[in-house]
Amino acid sequence: MSKFGLVTKGLLKENPTFVLVLGMCPTLATTTSALNGLEMGLATMFVLILSNIVISLIAPVVPDKVHIPVYIVVIATFVTLLQLLMQAYTPDVYETLGLFIPLIVVNCIVLGRAEAFASKNSVGDSALDGIGIGIGFTVTLTVIGIVREILGSGSVFGWKFIEGDGMLAFVMAPGAFLVLGYLMVLFNKLAKR
Amino acid sequence: MAAKSNLKNMALSLTLVCLVCSALLGVVYAMTAEPIRKAEEAKVAASIARVLPDFEGQPSLESVNVDGIDFNYYRAPGAGYAVISTVGGFGGPLSLMVGISEEGIIVNTVVLAHSETPGLGAKCTSDEAFIDQFKGWDPAVSRLAVVKDGGNVDAITASTITSRAYAKAIANAVSVYSKLAENE
Repeated sequence: MSKFGLVTKGLLKENPTFVLVLGMCPTLATTTSALNGLEMGLATMFVLILSNIVISLIAPVVPDKVHIPVYIVVIATFVTLLQLLMQAYTPDVYETLGLFIPLIVVNCIVLGRAEAFASKNSVGDSALDGIGIGIGFTVTLTVIGIVREILGSGSVFGWKFIEGDGMLAFVMAPGAFLVLGYLMVLFNKLAKR
Repeated sequence: MAAKSNLKNMALSLTLVCLVCSALLGVVYAMTAEPIRKAEEAKVAASIARVLPDFEGQPSLESVNVDGIDFNYYRAPGAGYAVISTVGGFGGPLSLMVGISEEGIIVNTVVLAHSETPGLGAKCTSDEAFIDQFKGWDPAVSRLAVVKDGGNVDAITASTITSRAYAKAIANAVSVYSKLAENE
């Protein structure tokens, strides 16, 4: 696969949300607005790129039977690092995402890419894979966030275009499932062409 | 080629990875401890500036026990008190800072932490009509309970439980004030 293909596959062919259907918990919970979705996507991308790089470096020497615990320790380290840095330098973002930052540790996408890609490929390719899947995840979360924010709050990225409230259900959990479901249908229909 | 999965290799690789990771985290923790503390202090200072806008200076953190519960508050000499009051909201704890003047009038309130429903109860942080009704509230004259419960607080539409909790948190802060005023 070309280097360019490694980055773009995360958007379409291996879109983590619509095609691989991984990491649904943060996807549903943090996309109440476009900005929240974007921030969550970027946070996950940060962890994904770094863990992919480190895991592709150490994978050749880690004994098979302990490779999952080793990967999890690496991922958890980067998540904790991110958490400390966000708390220190972007306390507002940390407050909105709060609980979902530590949950990146158990996000299937991160361990999934470590297992399926980083452990078998070179450092450079793994970094590109992290960037690609990370961009795919970020874009998808932002799109879901935009749709939910438009329907639920009548605004985009906090910019209000209607008076009063939207359909509140879309800001809450049921709306998350509805939007995700319809977007998935739409995405797969368009992607098939 | 991956090392053989015998006990020695497995223990060694796990220990090594954990050692490196904890060392790295230790360094980052030490580096960020100061900025995190500063960010938290800035947040508290910003909240105090909102609930007691007339106060300038460094308020001191004190605590008092009212009816078996410990309350933290900031004493702002000349301006009043900024009481931190936490009650159970709809989605979890709802924590407010309530600015009360030395005469016992509520100056302003600000939400410190909450887990209310986005779009409904979470409006207690942004709904100006709701928040502003407490500015200049005299607890001796108006009752701190939602209209539905026979009080004078206009609740947020479709968020009675959050509004009730908000009013309760302020009422608790007022009881802290009464206790403090009594002691002085």
